[in-house]
Amino acid sequence: MNKNIAIKGLLASMITLLLFINNANAAGDAKHPERNNYSSAGVFGKFDIPSIQRGFQVYVEVCAACHSMDLVAFRALGDIGYNEDEVKAIAAEYEYEDLLDEDGELMFRTGIPADYFPSPFINDKQARSANGGALPPDFSTLVKAREHLSFFPWASTYGEDYIVALMTGYQEEVPSTAPEGFELASGLYYNDYYEGNAIAMAPPLFDDMVEYADGTPATMHQMGYDVANFMSWASDPTMQERKEMGLVVMLYMIVFVTLLYFTNKRIWRKVKKGEDIDPTKL
Amino acid sequence: MSSDKKYVPSSPTAKWVEDRLPLMGLIYSSLGSGFSAPRNLNYMWNFGVLAGFMLVVQIVTGIVLAMHYVPHIDFAFDSVQHIRRDVNYGWLLQAIHANGASMFFMVVYVHILRGFYFGSYKSPREILWFLGIIIYLIMMATGFMGYVLPWGQMSFWGAKVITNLFSAFDFIPFIGDGIVEWLWGGFAVGQPTLNRFYSLHYLLPFVLVGVVILHIWALHIPGSTNPLGIDADGPYDKIPFHPYYTAKDAFGLGVFVIFYSIFVFYMPDFLGHPDNYIKADPLITPAHIVPEWYYLPFYAILRAIPDKLLGVIAMFSSILILFALPWLDGARIRSMRFRPLSQFFFWIFVVNTLFLGYLGQLSPDDILVFGWTALTFAQISTFIYFAHFLLIIPLVSRMETTKSVPISIAAAVLDANKKV
Repeated sequence: MNKNIAIKGLLASMITLLLFINNANAAGDAKHPERNNYSSAGVFGKFDIPSIQRGFQVYVEVCAACHSMDLVAFRALGDIGYNEDEVKAIAAEYEYEDLLDEDGELMFRTGIPADYFPSPFINDKQARSANGGALPPDFSTLVKAREHLSFFPWASTYGEDYIVALMTGYQEEVPSTAPEGFELASGLYYNDYYEGNAIAMAPPLFDDMVEYADGTPATMHQMGYDVANFMSWASDPTMQERKEMGLVVMLYMIVFVTLLYFTNKRIWRKVKKGEDIDPTKL
Repeated sequence: MSSDKKYVPSSPTAKWVEDRLPLMGLIYSSLGSGFSAPRNLNYMWNFGVLAGFMLVVQIVTGIVLAMHYVPHIDFAFDSVQHIRRDVNYGWLLQAIHANGASMFFMVVYVHILRGFYFGSYKSPREILWFLGIIIYLIMMATGFMGYVLPWGQMSFWGAKVITNLFSAFDFIPFIGDGIVEWLWGGFAVGQPTLNRFYSLHYLLPFVLVGVVILHIWALHIPGSTNPLGIDADGPYDKIPFHPYYTAKDAFGLGVFVIFYSIFVFYMPDFLGHPDNYIKADPLITPAHIVPEWYYLPFYAILRAIPDKLLGVIAMFSSILILFALPWLDGARIRSMRFRPLSQFFFWIFVVNTLFLGYLGQLSPDDILVFGWTALTFAQISTFIYFAHFLLIIPLVSRMETTKSVPISIAAAVLDANKKV
């Protein structure tokens, strides 16, 4: 009877879960992004440091012209393979407003590792004005904000896949596959993967736009992939630490629970069989 | 329970303390060997302890998170990110707390359904059942306000939708007029709203602790029910809570912690909404405003009724109706093991409620099958939900032919062992 309840309950919850997933994938009219492989995916996921560094280079040279990354400090770059001197050098390329001087005038100083990446615009209004009314989203949590329900949520890389697909999914002319009656407003671009298919961002990447320090050929797809890896790290910098600790916790708990199981069985042995019951006294 | 063992201090010091403050005696007779429970409880009876565990986890992690969180509309979102990025093990605390809310609700839902199935609400445990419903209502309020605190898009718009529900009571003189502004502390969801939600989110868990103590107190008067649903008053029907149920609960807790850890370490955001990684913006409405998964069935009921006031009333009634359950159910036998028809309808009810949850996260005009919209299905499901309480339970419980019930728990144990 107990087993019966557990099985029914499990079935009911599985059906619901399937319904959820089925619906999530059906939502929206944008094209579903193609899947790529990421070393960060899965239970043993690790950051792909060379790719993240290349993505960082693309961010600085291309994306940062419009996109801010307010919540990431230069010191965090230590986590993606840059040493202390390199972090200091990267920070020093930016200038920051500092304290007031004796006359009450603003002083400027060069950046230090404790500073955060500066925004390309003074405020959202200026950002909109410079981008035809559209606000370029901040990169700090963007991959997380584009996550999606998926069948294997522990290995989900939807956010990354979406970024790659979006950056490589531009079409010069509105294709025949576009929704019926689709008309592209001026100043917008056609992109299969964007909800509504009309995006204000101009195609951001093209082949050989940057020259990678490690000599990797800078194809458009490669740059998209590297930027997605970089943004994934920026959104969730403790991913690797989390999964590593998870492994230890899991192994520990499995051993511990096994011991608890046998302890429990041992304690209950007599009572379970009813050996303590005197049938004559019932 | 007069036959239960009494605490005997084992040393003169312990006796000295016990004579002045009988704390050890209280623990001994409520969680130790001095408290006896039916010998046949199955793993469904673990979930009360699991719920207590979750309450403690939420309070402990919450207090530490509160040391780093900033309840200000300009800094709340960033401070949560600061916790995840810079605070030592902040990512762990935040994941434990955010997923903890979901785990708490999961465990409590199983606990409630256990009560449903085995008739735990029936005499003499009505007040125990009422206290449980009150705990659930406080949990819902606490969970809702907690979800607002990270101040992401879903936080903000969820707060707006839920608080706006109270405008349905506008027609009530003096109280109704302006009730939403009163809740907000202004003319929109803003700084005063966030600040008071933070304050209440910190307060309510401690109220919860108080009601949980009453819940346990009320439990200890008649003692636990059991899968057979018969009173455990035979000579061999009960066993001491310790070591039997402490061992069993420890094993159950271990399994639960593994389940919980899968979410915390491998999919910390699966139960949340991606839009909550976008800072709250009063000028941009998300395409789809959905509450957390644990409110979805009630959200579906709310939207199923075209009239706002009636919808709100239906939503609240769907939970408040549980107060009437002890009287709606007229069966003499508690456990559904011996009530096959009730059992059948119980599973219909579970599947229907899960289906309502599924509908709750759809847009009402999404087409499902046969060209019927989610709204149509939600209306059918809402009807089934209320019909279950108002028609099926009162009729079936009074009319069905029940199976024969064993004379005592001990006799059932001996019987079961003979068959094997």
